[in-house]
Amino acid sequence: MMNLLRRFAGRDASAPVARERLQILLAHERGLRGQPDLLGVLRAEILAAVSRHITLDPDKVIVRMDRGQHVSTLEVDIEVPNGFERTLAAAS
Amino acid sequence: MAKVLVVTSGKGGVGKTTSTAALGAALAQMGEKVVVVDFDVGLRNLDLVMGAERRVVFDLINVVQGVAKLSQALIRDKRLENLWLLPASQTRDKDALTEEGVGNIIAELRTRFDWILCDSPAGIERGATLAMRYADEAVVVTNPEVSSVRDSDRIIGMLDSKTVRAEKGERVEKHVLITRYDSGRAARGEMLSIDDILEILATPLLGIIPESQDVLLASNVGSPVTLNNAASAPARAYVDATRRLMGETVPMVVPVERKGLMDRLLGRRAA
Repeated sequence: MMNLLRRFAGRDASAPVARERLQILLAHERGLRGQPDLLGVLRAEILAAVSRHITLDPDKVIVRMDRGQHVSTLEVDIEVPNGFERTLAAAS
Repeated sequence: MAKVLVVTSGKGGVGKTTSTAALGAALAQMGEKVVVVDFDVGLRNLDLVMGAERRVVFDLINVVQGVAKLSQALIRDKRLENLWLLPASQTRDKDALTEEGVGNIIAELRTRFDWILCDSPAGIERGATLAMRYADEAVVVTNPEVSSVRDSDRIIGMLDSKTVRAEKGERVEKHVLITRYDSGRAARGEMLSIDDILEILATPLLGIIPESQDVLLASNVGSPVTLNNAASAPARAYVDATRRLMGETVPMVVPVERKGLMDRLLGRRAA
């Protein structure tokens, strides 16, 4: 009987999954609080700095943060138009 | 000293209005002078749940804008003489509420009542932030379900940062009220348990309201569940929660439905 009960419980025991998903998600979301839109600020400043030298499409600047257990990575992906060197040469 | 208590949750449909009405009525029954204030401008419902929808003449926004006096907008409950309702506006837009206007009303209510219960709208926009702005205490209504717990966590963060108390370096006393709880499903591992929720939210528990058909029955007839059927499981749970708000120590149990023999045989519920 107990085995049967346990088997039932085992099959439907999705609550531990819910708890774990929440714990991971909230640890991440709480970390972002209080520093509103850090990525937005970084993105704007990077865009401003690079734009002083290369004409950029603002939509092609992607800044992404991946939080790991021990280290986090900041990924900056900027797509520049072909031939931007010529634009630079012409400008100087 | 008057206490301003916000009933909030972030997520909609978890039982904020039901809980505001039930806690307000239970406090009033204990002899406290209570006003329940609806902050859900444009989607007011506390009047309906309280059974006062046909008596609304003036509302919160009329008072904020100086069209009506506070005493003209307050509606006295027909069952309990020390329970009052301040309805929200159904027609105006939520931007009609200003921080200053709400602050003035709350200050005036503090002089007249023991408890000011603010029924927050869902979300984290203006209505919700204004409902919590002047709170001394908060009841965070949470369902044992992932999206509700996540939103509660967000709201708890806002209570700790966006309230007048938080900005003065003081604390808003926060409580979690778990609603729609099914102890059978939790025991079978199908539903987040009370311990799971409290561990995640790290906030003290005010009460556990069991999932019950009595909640719908009460709202159907426009009566707070604590008044409509005081013997029902959710009513007893709300009364326990209210006693805890009043500072009493009440053992935490989940009340169960009491079914009569005839109800069992006929498979019906007592109304």
